[in-house]
Amino acid sequence: MVQKTKVIAEDGKQEIMITREFDLPVDLLFKAYTDPGLLEQWMGTKVLKLDSKPHGSYRFETKDEQGNVVFKANGVIHEFIPDQKITRTFEMENSPFAIQLEFLEFEKVTNDTCRLKMQSVFRSTALRDQLLQMPFAQGINMAHNRLQNIVNKLKKAV
Amino acid sequence: MKLRRDIFQAIADPTRRAILLLVASQAMTAGSLAANFDTARPTVSKHLQILTECKLLEQEKHGREIYYHLNPKKIKEIADFIEPFRKLWDERFNKLEAVMKKYKGKA
Repeated sequence: MVQKTKVIAEDGKQEIMITREFDLPVDLLFKAYTDPGLLEQWMGTKVLKLDSKPHGSYRFETKDEQGNVVFKANGVIHEFIPDQKITRTFEMENSPFAIQLEFLEFEKVTNDTCRLKMQSVFRSTALRDQLLQMPFAQGINMAHNRLQNIVNKLKKAV
Repeated sequence: MKLRRDIFQAIADPTRRAILLLVASQAMTAGSLAANFDTARPTVSKHLQILTECKLLEQEKHGREIYYHLNPKKIKEIADFIEPFRKLWDERFNKLEAVMKKYKGKA
């Protein structure tokens, strides 16, 4: 089976490469990253700020059903080339992970398909490995909410 | 050509995945492995070399024969180390695709 999303994390390197082919025109993929309402839908987080331009910045926050903040992240945008490239920092607040540098490259494959290459650079290989071992660290919000929903459903079923 | 291999490039190839499955039950020689494939013997040797380089396979000498067997530690690395992380992004990107297809339909 060909996997649509590929992750490469070579031994001893302080980076993760994620590649994904999308059944979407490249401008729509890019829009998914720049339109706050759309980004909220697929990232499952609230967008407090998203100023998509060089020297712009962003802030995301996710609360659980009780209103506790379970995920907070922010960063600064360095490069912003529509339908081609976003270079930004990524900081997960209240976490042991140092700030990462992210290079997002958007590529047209055909008129209706495109590819995303995401390179995340970490401060050290140890921090990278730590993040890989905690796969839900970045998506703690999603995992948490989903888990909560499942638990709630189970509770009702009993 | 770059000789350095990583395990994910190694398992991206269907023949190499088939080789891993074959040696999962018992250690095998290059000859006995090659008998399972239509491809030429040197092609199978090349695959074995790649799998050995990235330590997914280990070689063991019995007399004049070299047997290949799985390195469970490395296999576990694929299964445990990256897969949950990959799945997380895969699901996230599936969601993105679905959200944008819906958006496209409306526009």
